[in-house]
Amino acid sequence: MIRLEPRATPSMAMSILSPVIALAITAAAGAALFTALGKDPGQALSVFFLEPFNGVRAISELALKSTPLVLIALGLALCYRSNVWNIGAEGQFLMGAIGGGGLALWVTTAEIGMSRWLFFPLVILAGAMAGAAWAGVVALLRDRFNANEILVSLMLVYVANLFLSWLVFGPWKDPQGYNFPQTVSFAANTELPRVIRGMRLHWGTAVALVAAVVMWLFMFRTFTGIQLQVGGPAPAAARYAGFSSRAAIWTTLLVSGGLSGVAGAFEVAGPMGQLTPHVSAGYGFTAIIVAFVGRLHPLGCILGSVVLSMFLIGGELAQSRIGLPSALAGVFQGVLLLSLLACDTLIHYRPRWSRGS
Amino acid sequence: MNEFALLVAATLAAGTPLAIAGIGLLVNERAGVLNLGAEGMMLVAAVAGFATGYATGSEVAALAAGALAGAVIAAIYGWLVIWLNTNQYATGLAVSLFGSGFSAFVGLGLVGKKLEETEVAGVPLLRDLPVLGVALFRQHPVVYLAMALTGGVAFFLHRTRSGLVLRAIGESPVSAHALGYPVRRIRLAAVVVGGTLCGVAGAYLSVVYTPLWVEGMVAGRGWIALALTTFATWRPTRLLLGAYLFGGVTMLQLDLQASGVQVAPQFMSMLPYLATVVVLVLISRNPLWIRLNMPASLGKTFFPGS
Repeated sequence: MIRLEPRATPSMAMSILSPVIALAITAAAGAALFTALGKDPGQALSVFFLEPFNGVRAISELALKSTPLVLIALGLALCYRSNVWNIGAEGQFLMGAIGGGGLALWVTTAEIGMSRWLFFPLVILAGAMAGAAWAGVVALLRDRFNANEILVSLMLVYVANLFLSWLVFGPWKDPQGYNFPQTVSFAANTELPRVIRGMRLHWGTAVALVAAVVMWLFMFRTFTGIQLQVGGPAPAAARYAGFSSRAAIWTTLLVSGGLSGVAGAFEVAGPMGQLTPHVSAGYGFTAIIVAFVGRLHPLGCILGSVVLSMFLIGGELAQSRIGLPSALAGVFQGVLLLSLLACDTLIHYRPRWSRGS
Repeated sequence: MNEFALLVAATLAAGTPLAIAGIGLLVNERAGVLNLGAEGMMLVAAVAGFATGYATGSEVAALAAGALAGAVIAAIYGWLVIWLNTNQYATGLAVSLFGSGFSAFVGLGLVGKKLEETEVAGVPLLRDLPVLGVALFRQHPVVYLAMALTGGVAFFLHRTRSGLVLRAIGESPVSAHALGYPVRRIRLAAVVVGGTLCGVAGAYLSVVYTPLWVEGMVAGRGWIALALTTFATWRPTRLLLGAYLFGGVTMLQLDLQASGVQVAPQFMSMLPYLATVVVLVLISRNPLWIRLNMPASLGKTFFPGS
């Protein structure tokens, strides 16, 4: 009989090993699933784990997909460390896409001549403000009325989705678009500047990396950052020290909403080039897993986002190459997070063999 | 008058999945476990129920399959949070994410298929009453099951010894443990009951309410059911009324759309979600009210020591 025994101090080694073990469990589960579906598990696994890294173009696509995930996960890591359970990043992402898309649409239809490099900071601002405003609703209701942020933020995802759908089916619909629910294609000067000619990777990725470094400094090198995080594991101690839980709610939600909004704006002004109902591939939810795989650490979030975008791209490749449904990526994400949480137990507890019960 | 009766009937039908899932979640929250995986469990149950219904043609088998699917996932969730002491929020979220991915994957071959609609018999004799018959007595048996369940759970929680033990564990697992109650086993049982009922609710959606499978068809009902437990301050009868209130909002919204009100359908469809937010705000406004009613150990892990 295995018994768990609390460790005196959390195990640092397990904290780093746990995502690796979880990834191995997920791969094993994947191999079993592929075999059950009658596919060669070796080939299928290589589609998921090797192909996304095969060549410059593949890596550019991987970095492109990681960008929104990093941005969103950074904000979520801050929230979760501070015990604020924002799970509505998807909605904040969509509002950011609407904000950035609206700006691009305006520049396009009003035929405003500005350079890409001038538009770049403007679209970041539009996305950040829209996303932060949407998260601000959650903060307001939590702060003033004590309404549970988990449920409110999630409900607002559905509302944001419907709002986006109304825009692209209604006032923002392309009049020449054969009635498809989408805006006009945005003008060339609203496109995010590309890093390498001929590839979709844009400078937003660099913004995400800088954001990760800034978040690291904020979390571990500023007093405010430390204050916020004390409220997570030790709310009573935080109150005793006079740290405001209200400030924690507002700061974390606004920062996290802003970052998710920027991610949304990048997605429309980057790879999409127009606003459609399918702006998000569930990035807001996938980023939750990224944050946990990345140990709620900014630099870990970068690694986590690479792993998760590998699954997303692997899912697409699996569909085109070996006829496996791309929905598999969703299954893997769930298995990964569940096994990660199970492995995380070993950070705080030591398994012990004992006779009897 | 008849139109109103039809609206009442539709409200009861729409509120039923929320009521069943909500009652299940209420039971496991009373034992101190918060399961944010409700949406995922309902989705997996919906696809399991639909597949079974499609294969066997039996509604009872389909609902049972849904219940079983919900129970299995809840058991995994319960093992993680109760024995491995994982964070309840994160683990519940993981279950929801897994459920939506897994159900989409399993359900791929079922999209576009349809179950045979069965004639609903309703309650003999009473079904022929004027107005009332249409409004109340021509429902699917599951609708009445939800009502009976509410009464049963209310009785169990507040009038039986076992119910008292369950509530005690939710208030203070440490004291219950000291008294010799098997806290973790009882919590697991409560979680499995919650999952089973979420499963019935999910299968009801895909088998009875709209007899087809669409990816993500639970459409936030699991989360709304979670909100309902707070709204009801963890009382079964209030939860049932809350579920019907939400069923009413959904139906009213569809009714208005059908009658050609000049508001974009997207804004109408927002109503149930906005209503959830409004209701949460109204009920949580007074923190003391929530604190007095909420099971004290809700969401906290319990490690029994040695």
